Amino acid sequence: MKRQQVYQQIAFVGLRLSTLVIISSLGFILWFLAKEGIFVLSWEFFTQAPTNGMTKGGIFPALVGTACLTMGAIVFALPLGVFAAIYLVEYARQGRLVRIVRVCINNLAGVPSVVFGLFGLAMFVEYLGFGPSILAGSLTLGILILPTIIRASEEALLSVPQTVREASLALGAGKWYTIYKAVLPPAIPGILTGSILGIGRAAGETAPIIFTAACFYTRGLPHSIFDQVMALPFHLYVLATEGTHFELTLPVQYGTALVLLGMVLGVNLIGVIIRIRLRRRMKW
Amino acid sequence: MFSRKTREICIEKLFLLFASTSIVILLLIAAFLFKEGLPIIEVVSPLRFLFGKSWYPTYEPPEFGILPLITGSLVVTLGAVLIAIPLGVATAIYLSEVAHPRVREVLKPAVELLAGVPSVVYGFFGLVIVAPWIQDLFELPTGLTALTASIMLGIMASPTVISISEDALSSVPLSYREASLALGTTRWHTAIRVTVPAALSGICTACILGMARAIEETMTVLMVAGGAAVIPRTFLQPVRPMTANIIAEMGEAVHGSDHYHALFAIGVVLFFVTLAINLVADFISHRFKETGSGTL
Repeated sequence: MKRQQVYQQIAFVGLRLSTLVIISSLGFILWFLAKEGIFVLSWEFFTQAPTNGMTKGGIFPALVGTACLTMGAIVFALPLGVFAAIYLVEYARQGRLVRIVRVCINNLAGVPSVVFGLFGLAMFVEYLGFGPSILAGSLTLGILILPTIIRASEEALLSVPQTVREASLALGAGKWYTIYKAVLPPAIPGILTGSILGIGRAAGETAPIIFTAACFYTRGLPHSIFDQVMALPFHLYVLATEGTHFELTLPVQYGTALVLLGMVLGVNLIGVIIRIRLRRRMKW
Repeated sequence: MFSRKTREICIEKLFLLFASTSIVILLLIAAFLFKEGLPIIEVVSPLRFLFGKSWYPTYEPPEFGILPLITGSLVVTLGAVLIAIPLGVATAIYLSEVAHPRVREVLKPAVELLAGVPSVVYGFFGLVIVAPWIQDLFELPTGLTALTASIMLGIMASPTVISISEDALSSVPLSYREASLALGTTRWHTAIRVTVPAALSGICTACILGMARAIEETMTVLMVAGGAAVIPRTFLQPVRPMTANIIAEMGEAVHGSDHYHALFAIGVVLFFVTLAINLVADFISHRFKETGSGTL
């Protein structure tokens, strides 16, 4: 027994150390980027276009571009994902088709982002002839976040108790009317959480937009959905890997990294907080 | 006016149509990858494409052998897995079995939040901090090596491993632990002999998905792996994984050229490798569902 306790002490020290290593390295990344980036941030950084060969000025066009791409992705993926989830939760009987749909959703979630980029290039840019544009990039990102939205919507619909449906059906309402009037309204906050997480994912992705939407520099803002745009993650990638001005653009890089990080983590944090609150309140 | 029954059936079919889009999209992705990638077999045989040892797409005559790129992917993934799985599983065990509930309530969401950090940010951090550090430590000509990429990928993949393993561990019924503790064992003995085996399928799924995260990662390896398309002998050499190669060369490949088709063919390989990994993960989590529920 004594020996067992010694084992336990040693093992627990090991477990604590592992946790410490992981948490501190993740924490160090955040702290370092915050420390270096915070001094770059200013009103001008958010509201001006890059100047002097990207070494001065701000990231305004990239912010606008990322906002356009993300909104486009949500507009495309949200209805599709919610409708798919409604079928899977409310209508589907367990069977081969549903099994195949679920396997496909899981696999779609696992497709590498660069493959989505290739697909977007082949289908939207070349085959459908959109060219590199907000439209092509949004559709590519939309497909990428579709599984996230379907899963979150499924979870939201499942959290609505069966008694709500039974009560509505017992009053003589049809199946669709029940879903529309009784099941969807309480599920909406959960569905929104899913789309918020989707927004976070879409805003941070680089590989899918490099060949479908992003460009190195635009002076003005996009005029139509067929324009190419600058995007935050692509901006950071280009500046960090472009050999010639690496040192000179370093402050802009730190600033861009911090803004991107803050945006994605902020959006995710909102989603997580809403979800935790919902889970507490939704105990019916 | 339709009868109510007809209308309900129509609505159901409509939703079925939406649900099937995920099947259609997956098939479309495969179809377009094949459409653009398949023509490469007119230039090189599939075997020489997969196992050819030189990748010189712009030489005259060009060489399209992706073995260096495949080994590049495997090496960085192996390194990432060696970092992420032991540390990740240990952290999951700590969070679920050892840590105070209040500590867990803070750390678990924090880790899940960090899983959302964009890969380009990890790449940037690797470039400005880890690469110079590796370069000084091993006195190398460049800090952009397979090791640098492995470290960054390991840190990136660990939240996935932690989150899914922790879910699996905490879904093990409390009565298992109580039964074991009642027999007079220590908490550690209970964790390692009762809880972990009961959650093993979920932990395996977590490890496989962590591996998938590393193999499919693009921006991080593109920025820190160094980009040399040669078969590496040590972890301290630059490598060029498949994902990085596609992004690095697509910009210069002429649309419809052999090079362009070859890059799509790499996409086909990646697509099927990740498909296989995901099917295995799916299989494990369904096969052993009694203990691993809520893992996927």
